[in-house]
Amino acid sequence: MRTTAVIIGAGQAGLAMSRRLTERSIDHVVVERGEIANSWRTERWDSLRLLTPNWMTRLPGRAYNGPDPDGHASASEVAAFIDRYSTAISAPVQTGTTVTAVTATGDGYEVRTDRDHWRCRAVVVASGACNLAAVPPVADDVPPGIAVLTPLTYRNPADLEQGGVLVVGASATGAQLAEEIHRSGRPVTLSVGEHVRLPRTYRGRDIFWWTDRAGILDERHNEIDDIVRARNLPSPQLIGSRSGRSIDLDTLADHGVAVVGRLVGIVGDTAQFSGSLPNICALADLKANRLLSRLDEWAAGAGLEGDLGPPERLPPTAVATSKPVLERDLRQAGIRSIVFATGYRPDLSWLRLPVFDRRGRIRHDGGMVDDAPGIFVVGHPVLRRRRSSYIDGTVRDSAELSRLLHSHLDRRVQVGVR
Amino acid sequence: MTITDTPVDNGVNTEALLGARQALSEAPEAAAFTWRARCRWVHGTHSTSTIEGFSGLGAEHQHRKAFTFEIDHPEVFASQDLGATPVETVLAALAGCLTAGVAAVAQHREIQLRSVTATLEGDMNVLGILGADPSVRNGFEGIRVRFDIDADASSDDIRALVAQSQKRSAVFDIVTNPTAITVEVA
Repeated sequence: MRTTAVIIGAGQAGLAMSRRLTERSIDHVVVERGEIANSWRTERWDSLRLLTPNWMTRLPGRAYNGPDPDGHASASEVAAFIDRYSTAISAPVQTGTTVTAVTATGDGYEVRTDRDHWRCRAVVVASGACNLAAVPPVADDVPPGIAVLTPLTYRNPADLEQGGVLVVGASATGAQLAEEIHRSGRPVTLSVGEHVRLPRTYRGRDIFWWTDRAGILDERHNEIDDIVRARNLPSPQLIGSRSGRSIDLDTLADHGVAVVGRLVGIVGDTAQFSGSLPNICALADLKANRLLSRLDEWAAGAGLEGDLGPPERLPPTAVATSKPVLERDLRQAGIRSIVFATGYRPDLSWLRLPVFDRRGRIRHDGGMVDDAPGIFVVGHPVLRRRRSSYIDGTVRDSAELSRLLHSHLDRRVQVGVR
Repeated sequence: MTITDTPVDNGVNTEALLGARQALSEAPEAAAFTWRARCRWVHGTHSTSTIEGFSGLGAEHQHRKAFTFEIDHPEVFASQDLGATPVETVLAALAGCLTAGVAAVAQHREIQLRSVTATLEGDMNVLGILGADPSVRNGFEGIRVRFDIDADASSDDIRALVAQSQKRSAVFDIVTNPTAITVEVA
């Protein structure tokens, strides 16, 4: 079958692009392996809520308009929001259709699925950035008898045996899972590598009020000093909750979570943790306070001082100065499960094009894949701007990428006419 | 008095380092270096380590000259004290690595350094190496590093320099994280 563009994935990013292509009268189809918003329905733990407040849940032509703009949507609420959006924009979605291969043809691309095969001139890769858990090689050395999980397989603490749990990674995911597992009566050890500390509220406002208004989320990919690093940073230590509470290493330690350094090895039953924890915490503290100074400067410049509480600085992470734990006998410590919250990566194994770097990451310039003109990526962290990491990023990313896709099609037509 | 805007110069060629980072990212095989040391026993606990050549960038390289390090133990260990102890040499290596990092990061961040002094202390319970208490490790219980830095920068910027230097330091990584070691007898 033929169409002009195939969008792979009917999540927020793919549907935003569908709406933009419809606006431009570009014929297209959206193929989706499962249901609309499939990852939100099937690949998230039960208690997950968005880090962003509801007022930031925006898609092209639609924004949250419920009664709780400062609340945080659950995964099923996000799925319902995306589902209603798909209906509202009459997106041409084929659910239950798994892409098996995308290959180059003479004049474009072929998208093979387990149902139809499509020939098209442009492909929008909107299949998500979190399809697979990125687990470090040390996971291979976990002694037998200790369960290994990832955030893609974990649903709730009842999935875990009674007993201790080692959570590896202190991103939003790792910090949240450490907290809820520890509260379930399973004592948690949290292994901490590089992380991003961020207060939930600052001077009386939500942190996203600040980063949204101060323009930080609009920093573009080509203005960021080290874009590879920015795209691979762990998510900030935040939790969406009714109380608006902060979550960081010290709040977790106050609950009784044992905070240790990065997991660097397992020899026999002994897990080894890096002695670099104080520096890792110093880096995160300095970076968080640099951001707060920047926000203060912006607020002063914008004449908002009167509406805000006094400037503050985060105290140094206290747990970093306590006596470090460098190794722990997993069996003696009663650890029955290890959750590797060490990040995600996309599964693009079906993309049969020379577009990957030597580490297997797709090369793109703000979503445009230069090695394969007509291939576009959407819905990846810091794709075109910092905001791209959030649902809200789809609004401007899709506006710009649909324009670039359109001009790609125009260019091709001109070549054909000549 | 006039203030002239002199460029920051800590003697580090950051353009070359950034160029190398770019070039080696695209040619990862050239980034594989092997460092070497050769140690010859002299007498008692005294030995001499010599460092001459290394490989990297796809070729063999020689230092401008052979560097030698006398290594021994002090008289309180009934030795002749003809050189620093091996563990002091580790402290020296850590200090050298972190200090080089401070200079390089400062150059990159356009911070002029006036003086940098690192003071290191490593605590050790020698019952470990004497085999007198199996619960005591051989190595350091902990290492303390104090930097005194005089530079054209705020205290937070100086802290950030030192933190970034640790983050990018090879010896800091070697000391804080395990390394697989194979030893064979020829």
